[in-house]
Amino acid sequence: MKDIAIQVINFSHFYGQQPSLKNLNLDIYRKEILGIIGPARSGKSTFLTCLNRLNDLVPGSRVSGKILVDGLDIYQPEVEVAALRRRLGMVFATPVPLPMSIYDNIAFGPRLQGQTDRQELDHLVEDCLEKAGLWAEVKDRLKTSALKLSGGQQQRLCLARVLALKPEYILLDEPTSGLDPISTMKIEDTLLLLKKDYTIVLVTNNTKQAARVADRTAFFLMGELVEVNETDIIFTRPSDKRTENYIEGKFG
Amino acid sequence: MTRKFRLRPRAEQKVVQFFLYLLTSLAILVLVFILVVILKNGLPQLSLEFLTKNPVHMGKEGGIFSTIVATIYLTFIALLVATPLGVGTAIYLTEYTFEGKITRIIRFGAECLAGIPSIIFGLFGFILFVNKLKFGWSILSGGLTLAFMVLPTIIRTSEEAIKSVPAAYRLVSYSLGSTRWQTVTRVVLPSAAPGIVTGVILSIGRSIGETAAVIFTAGSALHLPSSIFSSARTMSVHFYILAREGISMSKAYGTAAVLVISILLINIVTYYLMGKYIRQSSSE
Repeated sequence: MKDIAIQVINFSHFYGQQPSLKNLNLDIYRKEILGIIGPARSGKSTFLTCLNRLNDLVPGSRVSGKILVDGLDIYQPEVEVAALRRRLGMVFATPVPLPMSIYDNIAFGPRLQGQTDRQELDHLVEDCLEKAGLWAEVKDRLKTSALKLSGGQQQRLCLARVLALKPEYILLDEPTSGLDPISTMKIEDTLLLLKKDYTIVLVTNNTKQAARVADRTAFFLMGELVEVNETDIIFTRPSDKRTENYIEGKFG
Repeated sequence: MTRKFRLRPRAEQKVVQFFLYLLTSLAILVLVFILVVILKNGLPQLSLEFLTKNPVHMGKEGGIFSTIVATIYLTFIALLVATPLGVGTAIYLTEYTFEGKITRIIRFGAECLAGIPSIIFGLFGFILFVNKLKFGWSILSGGLTLAFMVLPTIIRTSEEAIKSVPAAYRLVSYSLGSTRWQTVTRVVLPSAAPGIVTGVILSIGRSIGETAAVIFTAGSALHLPSSIFSSARTMSVHFYILAREGISMSKAYGTAAVLVISILLINIVTYYLMGKYIRQSSSE
């Protein structure tokens, strides 16, 4: 039996009247990389923001059904949203360093929590940058603005910033869509290393990326989950014709 | 004969450019003209004594020290009240409510407030602070009146500054587990600071230059103010009285020069500091 970390039960999401996710049922296993593929506007990114309730910030956003994270029904009113978001750290498609130094970017999350001990922060910053594979490149200029980094470095910075939250889950929304192949490779290598400690959900518009790093892959289409299975099964003998067509590049 | 008179495109371009250049020059020329007149007549009056001695014989002789002090007090009180109020309103409008009927009403109200002539503010301050609340003609009454007068400017500029902070910064901040207030204080306000400060500077300029609202509320006593309940005469009121009552045209020009120079200095210093701040936070 697999250890189920997140359970999505009859979950739907709406923008105003428009349904964007339709009746999803999906289990996410602990310490796996779940890849989510699908064409644009299939609801992949919306699904991620539903997992950490970032969709709360969008006016007119509405949900039905349940998402259980380690058994906790996250849409219950008493759930503390900020704490939830620390457990499910998120990396966005466009790297967005905050306009402050590299160090301050990484320390941002811990400082929100009241962490002020300089030594501990130093330690944490080094550790997270190391894990994200950026330490060697920036260790001599931690005090310089994060905006000065290249795109690939910025995205690894964003990953390190999420790691500093000490999350249990990492949600990535097309993290390499704007990056060159080498930067992409570095991020993918990092994810494979992180897998032993974190449960990772990777939304990608690059099916090959899912094939390379995901343990299981889910295919979304028009807000529906078409199918989810072991990655090699999805890519070699999918049970749904639409999945096959998408993977073979017939649409999307 | 339907043919219209037309220039060749290139010639048209030249003509338009020339006229726009002319209009711009005219606008600048007015500023230069004012500066030249004030400084030409005022600068010869300036001396250390003029700045550090109190007025004597209604201002016919002596300096303007007490009016400088009164101006600083009044402006300080105005900003002390208006800045938190204005920035707070702007934060509420941009970060704590969705755009809707209420925000539109508040914004409309603020805009109307901006359109009210300053002498009406003076009357309002006179009725409320001087009479009703019994602050009398005082620095406090004048400062509070000025605060209400500059409030719309501060709200407006702060709002614009806060709105121009990229939405992605907020999203990232929330995704890292910050509360709304933490996002405001740690991400939004630092990024919006240059714009907010610009609004505050504009307000300093308006406060220093304001006459009508102040004459009704702070009075025109010439002695050095001893507390916020003292009546006091600001530089602009002093200038007005000197010129209006024909007490001393030369002292009036001297006062005007000090006014103009201080406003210019404040602007220059602030833009310099802001430029430095922006360079530091965005590119270093």
